Amino acid sequence: MSPDTSTEERHEVVLTVNGVAHEVSLPARRLLSDALRHDLGLTGTHVGCEHGVCGACTVLLDGAPVRACLVLAVQCEGVEVTTVEGLGGPDGSLSPVQQAFAECHGLQCGFCTPGFLTTVTAGLRDNPTPTHEEAREMVAGNLCRCTGYQNIVKAVERAAVIAGDATAEEAR
Amino acid sequence: MTTKLMGQGVQRVEDQRLLRGQGRFVDDVLVGQGTLHVAVLRSPHAHARIRDIDVSGVLDVEGVHAVWTYDDLAGLAPNMADPLPLLIPHPALTQGRTQYALAKDEVNYVGEAVAFVVAEDRYLAEDAVGRIQVDYELLPPVVGIEAARAADQLVHPDVPGNVAARLVQDTGAPGELEAAMAAAPHRLSLDLTVERSACTPLEGRGTVARWDPDTNRMTVWSSTQTSTGVRAVVAAKLGLDLGQVDVVTPDVGGGFGVKINHPWPEELLVPLAARALGRPVKFTEDRREHFISSAHERGQLQHIEVGFDDDGRLQALEVTFWHDHGAYIPYGLIVPIITSTQLLGPYKPRVYRVTFESLYTNTVMVTPYRGAGRPQGCYAMERTMDAIAAYLGKDRTEVRAANFIQPDEFPYDQRMTFQDGRELEYDSGDYPAMLEKIKALIGWEEFPRFREEMAAQGRQVGIGLACYVEGTGVGPYEGAHVHIETSGKVKVATGLTSQGQGHQTAFAQLVADELGVRFEDVEVVTGDTRRMAYAVGTFASRAAVMSGSAIHLAAKRAKEKVLRIAAEALEASEDDLEIVDGIVSVRGTTAHIDLGTIAVLSNPLRYAFDERSKLATQFSVGDPGKPPVAEDDEPGLEGKDFYSPERSTFASGMHAVIVETDPRTAEIKILKYAVVHDCGNLINPMIVEGQIHGGVAQGVGGALYERMVYDESGQLLNASFMDFLMPYVTEVPDGIAIDHLETPSPLNPLGIKGAGEAGVIPSAAVFASAISDAEGFPITAMPISPSDLFQLRRTLTEEPS
Ligand code: FES
Ligand code: FES
Repeated sequence: MSPDTSTEERHEVVLTVNGVAHEVSLPARRLLSDALRHDLGLTGTHVGCEHGVCGACTVLLDGAPVRACLVLAVQCEGVEVTTVEGLGGPDGSLSPVQQAFAECHGLQCGFCTPGFLTTVTAGLRDNPTPTHEEAREMVAGNLCRCTGYQNIVKAVERAAVIAGDATAEEAR
Repeated sequence: MTTKLMGQGVQRVEDQRLLRGQGRFVDDVLVGQGTLHVAVLRSPHAHARIRDIDVSGVLDVEGVHAVWTYDDLAGLAPNMADPLPLLIPHPALTQGRTQYALAKDEVNYVGEAVAFVVAEDRYLAEDAVGRIQVDYELLPPVVGIEAARAADQLVHPDVPGNVAARLVQDTGAPGELEAAMAAAPHRLSLDLTVERSACTPLEGRGTVARWDPDTNRMTVWSSTQTSTGVRAVVAAKLGLDLGQVDVVTPDVGGGFGVKINHPWPEELLVPLAARALGRPVKFTEDRREHFISSAHERGQLQHIEVGFDDDGRLQALEVTFWHDHGAYIPYGLIVPIITSTQLLGPYKPRVYRVTFESLYTNTVMVTPYRGAGRPQGCYAMERTMDAIAAYLGKDRTEVRAANFIQPDEFPYDQRMTFQDGRELEYDSGDYPAMLEKIKALIGWEEFPRFREEMAAQGRQVGIGLACYVEGTGVGPYEGAHVHIETSGKVKVATGLTSQGQGHQTAFAQLVADELGVRFEDVEVVTGDTRRMAYAVGTFASRAAVMSGSAIHLAAKRAKEKVLRIAAEALEASEDDLEIVDGIVSVRGTTAHIDLGTIAVLSNPLRYAFDERSKLATQFSVGDPGKPPVAEDDEPGLEGKDFYSPERSTFASGMHAVIVETDPRTAEIKILKYAVVHDCGNLINPMIVEGQIHGGVAQGVGGALYERMVYDESGQLLNASFMDFLMPYVTEVPDGIAIDHLETPSPLNPLGIKGAGEAGVIPSAAVFASAISDAEGFPITAMPISPSDLFQLRRTLTEEPS
């Protein structure tokens, strides 16, 4: 265990991530992305730039996509944080968005992927039946260096279909 | 019958982990296990002498465990005081210089590592870095190719003219080029420039190391394209035996070339610190560090002289270019050698001479970036083809067709030496068929009408195309190990690494096909030196060709043993056996045996550990008259093999694009993008198309947006994703039309060629071609932004030449 050697003031915070409350003691300057990864060991959230441009670190705060590298962890008390680890079903099944990315080959190295998954999850919740243009716009704030985005856009459209089918199924 | 998986778009097995956030990238390794973190003090100056470094007070920062400068290195491991290795020596590279792990006496680019700090976390390590005081004496920097050529200032005082190497290759006899040039009915000359860009994978560099004092072993996790390379150099530099070092490549968040260079200073300093401090140590590069302290590529100035006949046939081609390799040259001459050879593309000039100089500048060093010099070569050749067509008033496709190597001319010897030291001999291809396909795909013949329609609406459009040939699958070799376990599951290992290419899937397809097992039962591990100690690495679109072939061969060997044991057990002839879904059966009978049982039988046991293993114990099997393991046999159900081809295999392709340029704002819009691609037989077309998509996006970035903006003092002004314009979805074409041609390679058992770099190679060329076509004047400098185009229009209209 790392000894607590920092002379910095620490703050006791409760971070609620994917429905689980974690009590942590953190310096005020600790980024949410770092707290998730290094203090809670939730390494699914990735850091691609640390300056808010790439979107790899995107998590949902009370459902809204936010760049975890631009938020301090101590600001997040009382907020529901959802990370990529929390997107699937409790039985380990993939969410419609995750499923669509697999079907459409929407990822290569997978480093940008968590940020796309969280972004699209929120996007489709707000707009469950996006047009092609809207599907492109939904992912227009995230960088991917591998896929050339072609299959990511397909995955957004496919996810809308999968989610739509699931909703129709439930309604029956 | 199971259907063959080769050629099918099988969904990737990698995705299940990655989609759930369960990937293991290097920064995810050893989280919270007492791991210490690194920050590096980097030079703020492009060229300076270090007069003094004051680290007093740094260790007073609580949580700081070490601060090292160059002077500390020799005491930690004697070899650490030497410069980093020059990885690829070449006889022409007479002035090779590489950096030290930490700067010794002088710094030669902004970003060069000067001091190394280890602390409890990265925040504290950065605090500590901020306390280090360095006294620099500034020296004049050399920035840009023109300054390097002028050589008024020198990067390294002992390297005259800033020239590391000068290399000439000539396909003709002495005087032949001059004679052919003089005799050619027409002559043209062109001057072209390409600016710097970089790989910029979403995950930067990173290394984690753990020293185990109980076993005297080092484990290194590195985000690398070559785990065996890292292993060898860590052992050599730290003074360890190779057998004491394991290198594991975890998930890698993109490489595109930059991670083939090794060792990075941190790749040595991290294990060194892990051993010295007795704690795991981690370095994770941040984005700014990636811009200023990893590597760039592409920057060249080119001069072309060409002589041709009335049909545009190349009679004499002379190319001279100047390649900016930055402050050091650890990767040797690979990039300019590739430019100089692959420039030829699908064409056969009567005589060709190329000369290049590789020049030092006080900027980040240059190592291969996807395409590795080919985009520049393709640009030079394709701009030349367009210039010839314009001069002769011919269609651009006609001039190209007149110069193609014909399908019946393979193997075709280009009479040059390629990047692997072997002859540049093309194995197969069909360029005329490919040209027909690309013309159909983009609508080449219909374009004039489209242009008119658009013009009627006041809109301006242009069409361009570019052709390339890409040597892929360079040697020396790759190997593979296939192990069938007693569970019937198949464990496969190959030594090269993966950065998102879906190797676990594509390679499992090959094994499933060859061995007759279910795809789900095959598990592939890459880049782990504990599993495969002999390997080269992932670069030059070689993984599928090299490891794919090796895996195929290793699976074949395993299969031979399977059949031998099964034939004995089933008392049948091997010829009558077939394997389907992991069950070996005698054709036309019900007799069968599963692979797991064969694995049990393959390993004569003394001790049973479960019901099935009883089958193999000494009182159950074997002929008491013979040794349990025959003399020429081994226990276990395994196959191992290596693949080492004579020379590279040559993939090819053609891209075409239709662009619209705004007559007022000079905005450049992509209306249609088409790719025809020949990488021989396809293993997984879904993955190949994904590679093309990604390559095209990088190509669009390189052609229209990305450049490294250095000021005259050698500061990189756009070292962030805010300022370096990497394409978002909004910048890439909405849809890429792709068509494949499959001319199998005769050089490997699967008939495959590499595909990884193809998408990016012709981009600068194809956009320059289309924008020229739209604008009606030649484009000679890439990338081109709307403001560049706007300026160009003004200059050309203000002072018509
Ligand atoms: S890491 Fe947060 S946006 Fe890039
Ligand atoms: S899949 Fe590699 S960055 Fe997006």
